[in-house]
Amino acid sequence: MRHFVLVIAWSLCASLAPGLALGQVTYERILNADKEPGNWLTYSGNYSSHRYSPLDAITRDNVAALRPVWVFQTGGGGSLETSPIVVDGIMYITQPPGTVIALDGRTGRTLWSWSRPMPEKLLTLGFPRTNRGVAILGETLYYGTLDSHVVALDASSGAVRWEKEIADNALGYSITAAPLAVKDKIIVGISGGEAGVRGFLDAYDAATGERLWRLWTVPGEGEPGNETWGGDSWKTGGATTWLTGSYDPDTNLLYWGTGNPAPDWNGDSRPGDNLYSCSLIAVDLDTGALEWHFQFTPHDVHDWDANQIPILVDANLGGETRKMVAMANRNAFFYLIDRTSGEFLLANPYSKQTWAKEIDETGRPVVLPDTEPTEEGNFLWPSLQGATNWFSPSYSPRTKMLYVAVREMSSYYFKAESEYEPGTSFLGGGERALQGDDAAGAIRALDILTGEVKWEFRQHSPPWAGVLSTAGDLVFAGTEEGNFFALDAESGEPLWHFQTGDDVRSNPIAFEIDGKQHIAVASGQVLFVFGL
Amino acid sequence: MLGLRAAKHQPFGGLLMRNAFLLAFLVLLSASAWAQTSGNQLFDSHCARCHGIGGTGGEGPSLTRLVLRHAGDDEALSSVIVNGIPNSDMPGNWMLGTNDVKAVAKYVRSLGRAEEEPVPGDADKGRRLYEGKGACNICHIVAGEGGVIGPDLSNIGIVRGLAHLREALVTPGANVALNYVVVTARTKDGEELKGHRVNEDSFTVQLRDESGRYHSLDKLELASFEKKIGESLMPSYEGELTPEELDDLVSYLSSMRGEP
Repeated sequence: MRHFVLVIAWSLCASLAPGLALGQVTYERILNADKEPGNWLTYSGNYSSHRYSPLDAITRDNVAALRPVWVFQTGGGGSLETSPIVVDGIMYITQPPGTVIALDGRTGRTLWSWSRPMPEKLLTLGFPRTNRGVAILGETLYYGTLDSHVVALDASSGAVRWEKEIADNALGYSITAAPLAVKDKIIVGISGGEAGVRGFLDAYDAATGERLWRLWTVPGEGEPGNETWGGDSWKTGGATTWLTGSYDPDTNLLYWGTGNPAPDWNGDSRPGDNLYSCSLIAVDLDTGALEWHFQFTPHDVHDWDANQIPILVDANLGGETRKMVAMANRNAFFYLIDRTSGEFLLANPYSKQTWAKEIDETGRPVVLPDTEPTEEGNFLWPSLQGATNWFSPSYSPRTKMLYVAVREMSSYYFKAESEYEPGTSFLGGGERALQGDDAAGAIRALDILTGEVKWEFRQHSPPWAGVLSTAGDLVFAGTEEGNFFALDAESGEPLWHFQTGDDVRSNPIAFEIDGKQHIAVASGQVLFVFGL
Repeated sequence: MLGLRAAKHQPFGGLLMRNAFLLAFLVLLSASAWAQTSGNQLFDSHCARCHGIGGTGGEGPSLTRLVLRHAGDDEALSSVIVNGIPNSDMPGNWMLGTNDVKAVAKYVRSLGRAEEEPVPGDADKGRRLYEGKGACNICHIVAGEGGVIGPDLSNIGIVRGLAHLREALVTPGANVALNYVVVTARTKDGEELKGHRVNEDSFTVQLRDESGRYHSLDKLELASFEKKIGESLMPSYEGELTPEELDDLVSYLSSMRGEP
């Protein structure tokens, strides 16, 4: 009941005083995001990255009546992969290549728009010119640009508070991820693994833009882990941090995924495990110190980045309540790890894979012979894009299921020579994926404690869209053919679908306007908002 | 050859100490041999599945011609290799490095100077078969004339190689374009439908039956829905036409290179 009163209080604020600066988005508000479900305050909805909405007005019984309330057309710039932030009736989205837009959440009308012109020689090697969203803290938005700047914008006007170049785009460094705002810090991940950059994770002072720490995800000479790289290969080792991580206030640790070692498909020049590529790293928020790491795919040669969203869950496992982190990894295995110690708990495949016999008791894959890329091409499941990719999964604390958008696709993996040249692709091969009716997609519901598939909803083709679950026991997801749809969270039964007219390549969110639940998702160059 | 490319920074170190002249000679030799052989090998790995070994064509067009429709100059050819051709089956090959692209482009250009594969049979006889015994025009349109159940064949000689044309006549279901996949559907009312899957998503399918009528179907409302992978609505001409007649028909199809 108290929860209900809070919702009313926020929506009253929003409707009574729409033009006022309605309270800052404090760290405490983000920490307690689940208590104000009318807003969507951080990339994955809460610090545990559940992408779950406690809103329950849209239910299995009434979702069939869901309809578009408004749409916003960006009119250019490429496909939207933005995950909106919604605060007190205002929605903040990003549009490629360098625009942040504030919209009236009730009507979709623009309040302000800010653009950073991109340099002519902008490098985005190995990924599309995209952006996945902003962070908010206080009255400021934080945005990472394709040319590696972090920009702080006044949330009410779009005016620039500060701007800082954090890395050299001429080397291939770029930012596509939404930053994570925690306490007084802005945590920023970096892209560029296909250009042979050396990955890092940064923390900036939210007020001034001063860099507070940098954790190199490829250890330097003399540091533990550097011995897992042959010769100087660590200098161009990749292991980028190109999606948004999670945070636990109890451990004061950030949980962040890292990407592939470089070059991607030819590991000859980098003998060893290549730490901390394809890993989950636990990082002290205050100091940037690496507390522990868990590497999913040692010495990866298939580009199976481990940047997928780390899901924080507390649950009883084997008679003991444990603080855990779950990840449906790009390498086709679901993992459960103790998030205080990094101890491996279990792993099970959630999608077809032909590269590992099993994951052993230490969490290390038992790799099958002849699975490396070859000059002629080696056939393997999953494809380079992985069993899942950047698009978010969703965890419902009601059903205890993790909902994952799965790509059932295979590839021929090719190996080629590769020589590092600054600011160029550093790949060492590539793939040719089987397409058309040889590939498919699915939304799979995994038991959060085992990874066991409880149900699946088949999709016509491998998806590039994330998943949202709600307290209405619904799961929302999208397809490459333009379908945006709702499933029964318990059974996977389809209950509603809408044809958006373009690929859905974004993560849905839920929010409230005038006390009514809405669902937002981007498709093509259009943002759709649905309501009853 | 990929091994020679590695030679640029690996096994010549000892030689460098002994004989710089020999090194320079070897580098020059290997660079030129590499461009030739590497392009060939890369082509076989990445392109030959559609364009055929030696670029003689298959599911994709033959490249053994001097003028390529989408690649007027070397820059355009490199762009096609890297980015593909929009709204066609030609995919991009982003994974190829700059030197790889150059090598493939050079190899593709060399194919244009090779002699085009000789066409078997007699195209005039083939034309008569097309309209007569084969009755291809009942289902296919060429230069505005003919039926529209099957694909437009006005440019089929450009987009398909000889081997693929022959296979399409003998085993029509072997290589079916995604929008010509045969599907069957049964509605809950018991209506049976069969036709081409013109389009499909996770919830709906657009089916065009043999009479050309479109059906918009909700998959969840169907009693059954089946893709007939390996089937085609087109009959096989194996046994219907003699091997010589098949050659004639392939020859005629290969000559269809007019713009629609």
